[in-house]
This record gives sequence, C-alpha cells and structure tokens, in this order.
Amino acid sequence: MRAVNRPLGLACLLLASNPTFADYQLNLAPGVTSTSQNSYDIHQIVMWICVVIGIVVYGVMTYSILNHTKAKNPNPAKFDDNLTIEILWTVIPVLILIGMAIPATSALLAMEDTSNSDMSIKVTGYQWKWHYDYVGEDVSFFSNLSTPMDQIKDKETKGENYLLEVDNTIVIPTGKKVRFLFTSNDVIHAWWVPAFGVKKDAIPGYINESWARVDEPGIYRGQCAELCGANHGFMPIVVEAKSEEDYLAWLNEKKTAQAAAAESGNKTWTMDELMAHGETAYITSCAACHQAAGEGIPNVFPALKGSAIAIGDITKHIDVVINGVANTGMQAFGPQLNDADLAAIITYERNAWGNSTGDMVQPSDVKAAR
Amino acid sequence: MNAVVEEHHDHDHKPTGLGRWLFSTNHKDIGSMYLWFSFTMFFIGGALALLIRAELFQPGMQIVEPEFFNQLTTLHGLIMVFGVIMPAFVGLANWQLPMMIGAPDMALPRMNNWSFWLLPGAFGMLLASLVMSIMGLGSAPNFGWTFYAPLSTTYGPDSTDYFIFSVHLMGISSVMGAINVIATIMNMRAPGMTYMKMPIFVWTWFITAYLLIAVMPVLAGVVTMMLTDRNFGTSFFSAAGGGDPVMFQHIFWFFGHPEVYIMILPAFGIISSIVPTFSRKPLFGYSSMVYATASIAFLSFIVWAHHMFTTGMPVAGELFFMYATMLIAIPTGVKVFNWISTMWRGSLTFETPMLFAIAFIFLFTMGGFTGLMLCIVPADFQYHDTYFVVAHFHYVLVTGAAFSIMAAVYFWLPKWTGNMYDEKLGKLHFWLTTISANVLFFPMHFVGLAGMPRRIPDYALQFAEFNQIASIGAFVFGFSQLIFLYVVIKCVRGGKKATGEVWEGAKGLEFELPSPAPFHSYTTPPEVK
Repeated sequence: MRAVNRPLGLACLLLASNPTFADYQLNLAPGVTSTSQNSYDIHQIVMWICVVIGIVVYGVMTYSILNHTKAKNPNPAKFDDNLTIEILWTVIPVLILIGMAIPATSALLAMEDTSNSDMSIKVTGYQWKWHYDYVGEDVSFFSNLSTPMDQIKDKETKGENYLLEVDNTIVIPTGKKVRFLFTSNDVIHAWWVPAFGVKKDAIPGYINESWARVDEPGIYRGQCAELCGANHGFMPIVVEAKSEEDYLAWLNEKKTAQAAAAESGNKTWTMDELMAHGETAYITSCAACHQAAGEGIPNVFPALKGSAIAIGDITKHIDVVINGVANTGMQAFGPQLNDADLAAIITYERNAWGNSTGDMVQPSDVKAAR
Repeated sequence: MNAVVEEHHDHDHKPTGLGRWLFSTNHKDIGSMYLWFSFTMFFIGGALALLIRAELFQPGMQIVEPEFFNQLTTLHGLIMVFGVIMPAFVGLANWQLPMMIGAPDMALPRMNNWSFWLLPGAFGMLLASLVMSIMGLGSAPNFGWTFYAPLSTTYGPDSTDYFIFSVHLMGISSVMGAINVIATIMNMRAPGMTYMKMPIFVWTWFITAYLLIAVMPVLAGVVTMMLTDRNFGTSFFSAAGGGDPVMFQHIFWFFGHPEVYIMILPAFGIISSIVPTFSRKPLFGYSSMVYATASIAFLSFIVWAHHMFTTGMPVAGELFFMYATMLIAIPTGVKVFNWISTMWRGSLTFETPMLFAIAFIFLFTMGGFTGLMLCIVPADFQYHDTYFVVAHFHYVLVTGAAFSIMAAVYFWLPKWTGNMYDEKLGKLHFWLTTISANVLFFPMHFVGLAGMPRRIPDYALQFAEFNQIASIGAFVFGFSQLIFLYVVIKCVRGGKKATGEVWEGAKGLEFELPSPAPFHSYTTPPEVK
C-alpha cells in the first residue's frame, strides 16, 4: 500500500482537523497475489500510456490556445484536411492499442486459470452477509459485519477497521491455490478483496469461480461490490491467510465449535438463556432489516414490535422464520441457523420490546417444525 | 425585419397563454419546453446528488437511511440520463435542425407535441414515488439506474411498477422524437444540401436517432419482461423458475451501451459547430467526422458486455468485448484530433460557448482515457463497480454531455432570444462550473483505485479525505448552476440585441436568419451551393 503525504494548503487544514481520517492511497495497490499483481501491472502500463498521450494532446491544444488567438493570429489559416496526418493519427493509435492488448490478453489468460487448485471454498452471498463453506471439510459459517451500530450512527468513535470488520473471518492457508466458488441466495452480490485482485459476481443460479494463492500471512479486507439492497455498504469481507499448520488448527477448532453448537440444540434452555442468546443472534441475523429495537423501516421492512406475527400464533411465527416469505426480502432462516439460534431468536422476538407474550420456544420445537 | 413579420402574420395562428404550449406544434416552442423541462430536472436530479454528497461528506450515517440513500442514487441516475441529457438534446434538435437544414419546422409537428408531453407524465410518475417515499408511504425505486434483476424484480419495491410504466413512456417519447428527426432530415433539407453538406450537428443527431430507434425498444422489452416477472408469474430473470439474472444484464446493456453514445454523439455535433466558429476556420476533417460518428454508432452495438466482465463470462467473451471496446478509442481519437486541428492556426477567441467547448475537449478526453483503462479486462476486475467508474462516467456525462449542452445554450441563445447573454456572468459560470466539477469528480479516481465501491452510503476511514473534497466540489458545482439559470432568464428577458450572424463569421443556415429566428424558420427554402 502506498501512503501519500497529505496535500498542503487549505484542504489540509480542513481535513487534518478531523480525527477520523486514516491514511489514504492514490493509486491501485499491487496486492499480494499474482492476479492482483497482473491487474496492477496492466493498470500501470495503460495509465502511463494514457498520461503520455494526454501530455501530447493537451500540450498541442494548450499551445494552440495560447498562440493561435485572434490577437496573435488575426488571419486564420484556411486548411480543413490533411490526408497524411489523418492516416497517421488513425494508424498510431491502432499500434498503441495492439501494444496494450498483448499484455492484457496474456495476463487475463493467467488470471482465469482456475485449474489445479488445492482446495475450494464456496462463497454464498446473502442480503447482507457472506456464507463460507469449506468444500469437503464440513465447516461452514456466516460472516457478518461486526462494526457496532453506535459507530455507524456517530455515537461512538469509529474503530480502525470501521465497516471492514466481521464476526467470523475466513481463514486460508498460505502458499496454496485456493479456488473460490461464488453463488447467491437472493440478489446479485460481488465478492471483492482488492489485495487478491479477485472480484466476482455471486449470482443466484450460477456458480462462478476464481482463485487466489497468498504467500504473505496477513489479514485482507474487502467489500461487496454489487448493489444488493439497503445494506450493500455493510457486508464486508475479511480473509486471514495463515501458515498451513495454523490453518489446520483453526479448521479443527471450527469443527469442534460447530459440533458443540449442534449439541446445544438437544438441551432444554431456560428463558434467561434464550433471551440472552436470542438478543445476540437477533442483532446478527435480523436487525439489519427489522432494526435493533424491532421497529423495522416503514414500508420497507415490517416492524416486529407489536406485529401480528410476533405476538400472534406461535406456529405461524416459527414457520415464517424457518421458511421465509416468498417474493419478499424475508429469507428462509431454517437453512441458515441452527435450532438453538432459531429458538432463541423467536423467543426473543416474542418477549422483547414490549412483546410480552411470555412464550418460550425450545430448540426441539424448531426441530419439530422443520 | 418588418417584412418577415408581416409575411408570417397570415398563417401564424399560434394560440396564446397555456394553449400555446399545450397544443404547440411549433419546433421552437416544443424545443423550449424540452429545454426547460431538462433544466428543471437538472435541478431536481442535482438536489438528489447534493443529498448523496452530503451523506458522504464524512464516514458514518448522518442524514439519510441506507435504504433512502439507494433511492437517491437510483433517481439521480434515472433523472440525469432520461430527464436531463436526453431531453436537452431533443430540445436542441428541435430548435436547431429545421433552421440548420433550411426547413420551416419539423416534419411531424403533432407527433412532436405528443413526444414532449409524454415526458412530464413519465417523470411525474417517477417523482411521485419519491414524494411517497419521503411521506413514508412506500419506497421509491432503490435498485440503481441499471435496475439489475432480481434486485428490481423479486426484491423491488411496489413502486417498481410505476418505474416500469414511466420507462415505457420515456421510450415512446424518445422513439417518436427520433422518428421525427429522421423524417425531418431525410425530407426537409434545403435544395442543394446533400447529406455530405449537412452540418455535423445534423449528422450526429441523424445517427443518434437511428440508435434510439434501435435500442429504446430493447429497453421497453426488458422492462416488460420485468413487469411480467413481477406480476404475471413469468421467470425471465428468476433462476428459481428457470430464468437467468445475467440475461437481464445482457439485454439491459444491449440498450445501455448505445444509450451512452446517444448521450454523447449530439455533444460531438455541438462541439464541432462551436470550435470552428470561434477558431474562425472551417471544421477540420468533415468527412472523417461523419465516418467516425458512424463507426462509433456501429461499435456501440458490439461492446455491451464490457459492463459485465465480473459476471463470469467465458474468457473468449471477455477478450472479444475488450478488443471491440478498445476499437472505439480510434474514431473517438480522430474526433479529438480533428477539433484540435480545427483550432490549430486559427484566430481563437474565448467567449463562453468556446470556453465550454474547450473544457469539453479536455475533460471528455479524460473520461475517454479512463474508459480505455476500464475496457482492459485484467485491470477492470479492480476498477469494476468502484468510484473509478463513477469518476469515469461523470467525466463523460457531466464535463462531456452536460458541458456540451451548456456550450450549446450559450452558443445559440442569442439566436433564440434575439439578445446577447451576459458574457461576464457566463464566464463566471464557466469557471466556477469547470473548477468545481474537477474538485468534485477528480478525487473519485483516487478513492476508486484505493478500493471504494460505488453505491455505498457509508465508507471506511481511508476514503474520508477525498470524499470530503468531492462533497465540497459538489456543492459549489450545484449552486453555480443558479448563475446559469439567472443568465438564461436575464437573456430571455432582454439584453444587447444580437445580430443575425450572432458570432463574427458564424457559418450555417441558422445564422442567415434574423435573431430572434422567425417562428416558422425558413418558409421558403434557401439555396445551398
């Protein structure tokens, strides 16, 4: 990353007074994969060619503006064509373009070669989070924005990785060719990590692929790059590259944690446990639309506070959460969350914000309703 | 002058008051209505842009909700494309084409009336959804001006159906306008004006009209498919029903790319009229200008998928669309070189229209460079859907298309009103506009390259500086346009009388008419040698 000194002058005074500013960059960064390096190299070539052409074209024009004014040249020339120069300025650009096309083509062919990968991760876009599935490893999880609402609403100082931090980071091993498979559960999203040079649309009904081999351990951040609805700006991507050893340890840890979570669906929970877990799970999975206090957004996302479903028939409520509502933004959460999460969320929705139904939903109820 | 007025008195039955405008079949009145409509929409679309820039002034959500932010970007885009640039060019065509080819009026005056009056209906409906959204009655379209499925179909708000009908009306209006332009140019040229003697503005509009007729029905088709997907159970774009969301993008961009040239070819025509006038030299390379325009129009049909490089196209497809797009640089370059050669060894003066034309050549070329960069697939993977793209198309559309419209208004306003505009204020408007446009759009290149996606209501901290600079530029740009409004109104109301020629040595049939031009332009066709 190329940090550049702050510009001088008025703008500097104005900007430096604001503490929320971090270092900025002016140009594309070369990134950490061969793909991003390819993008960067081609970008540099084309940009500098454009700069040179620009200097020539603007130079000639500026010369003319300065010297061929009515004051300095009261008698204009009469010419209105010149075949030689017209052929020249058609042929020379063609040659320049060929010069650009050759490296661009070879870079593209290298970038699009997803063969011989060492492992695959299936990435599914959801409104507004990412789901990662380590193909063949039985490890899968959602990754949600973890920046607190209070930072977004300016009630708290913004952290260093404001809007670029998640609850569950994906981990990849260094030195391995990792193939990513992209699809979507709802609308089109795009998975983009600038440092990898990987930007690919996640499209419902399609599986796209891309790949990255990262040699440098580190944390790499990106964002959704295709408008996907209200919280498009709030579904970041965080990838951590670790040595293979550390990666395998992480994978085992994930497997153990997932088994424990599945186990939690078999016990009977108390009201306090359900409410406490429900609040956390609700904030993660539901608050983006229905809002933290269940008030929704008028005419876009229905309120849950006092809603017919949240204080009405409990079977209907469970059904809506598990199966979603067709042709609306309400997703089917059955396949996304485990029984304990769902039970806790439904219990929370029926008892929070003055929805005092006193109802308790156990994981076993959810299991039975699936 | 008196003779002209009396001669016209007999068959000049224009109604007065509201009727003059509602029932108008006169190319000048209709042209004025188009231009005022466009001007009004410019301020509405601009107000939305200022709200966007106000929200983006610093990180965090301060002014609007993310949901409403998406409505702002969507309507800003739709209004600026369909409500500002396109109607302004149609307005200019209405005013200028009959005068430039020596005709009394457009060929199909009643259709002309209808094609204008569909627009207030279309935009009334679109804006009604925004008003309802502000009143808390529902969401306005919130899926971006490109309205990709399934965000706009399965997940679109109820107002999407309003939007669809509105787009249908705009499409009908544009196609009728285009038919009228073609009929006028083909049938009503003065004796002796062969195709290769037509002014370049006429040529560029002639070609633009064909583009409109070719692609507006495609747009109508895609929104109709959306309509049936949303309401009648079809699944054109729904993967769950066997449809294909990517097909939406192919159809949309098959319209959308020629649309880009619809918004720039008439601008080329305007610049090609202004530069020779203030260089006091004939246009360099007239015939190459015509061929370049035609080549761009042809190429515009075979480059659409360069908007879709990240959708997972086969490599062969990516290569084809990259090479085809690169080719566009050649005719576009020819045009820029021709303009510069026109200025070369001329006798330049820098009245406001010329200033805008020169700024156009500089800044449109900037947009052309970034366009060339964007078509290079390996680099596009990093640029796609970032602020780099936003910078690119604002250079092309604001400092390109919109600047050409401003140049045209300053250039022909004396002909339309009979009065010279206030040159001092015009220059003030020019400098404020040009400087602020660059303060506004240039930093977007940097944040885009640094990784800021477009269409986000809030952003990470490293993008803060340039967003703040851009927002400051935006407000200066926006408020500077009030000067433009004032200059136009002042000029309409009075001012130094303009001669028929208006500008020293101005060429073209429109400058052989008195200023203001008579209501029925050329009642007897002039002889063109």
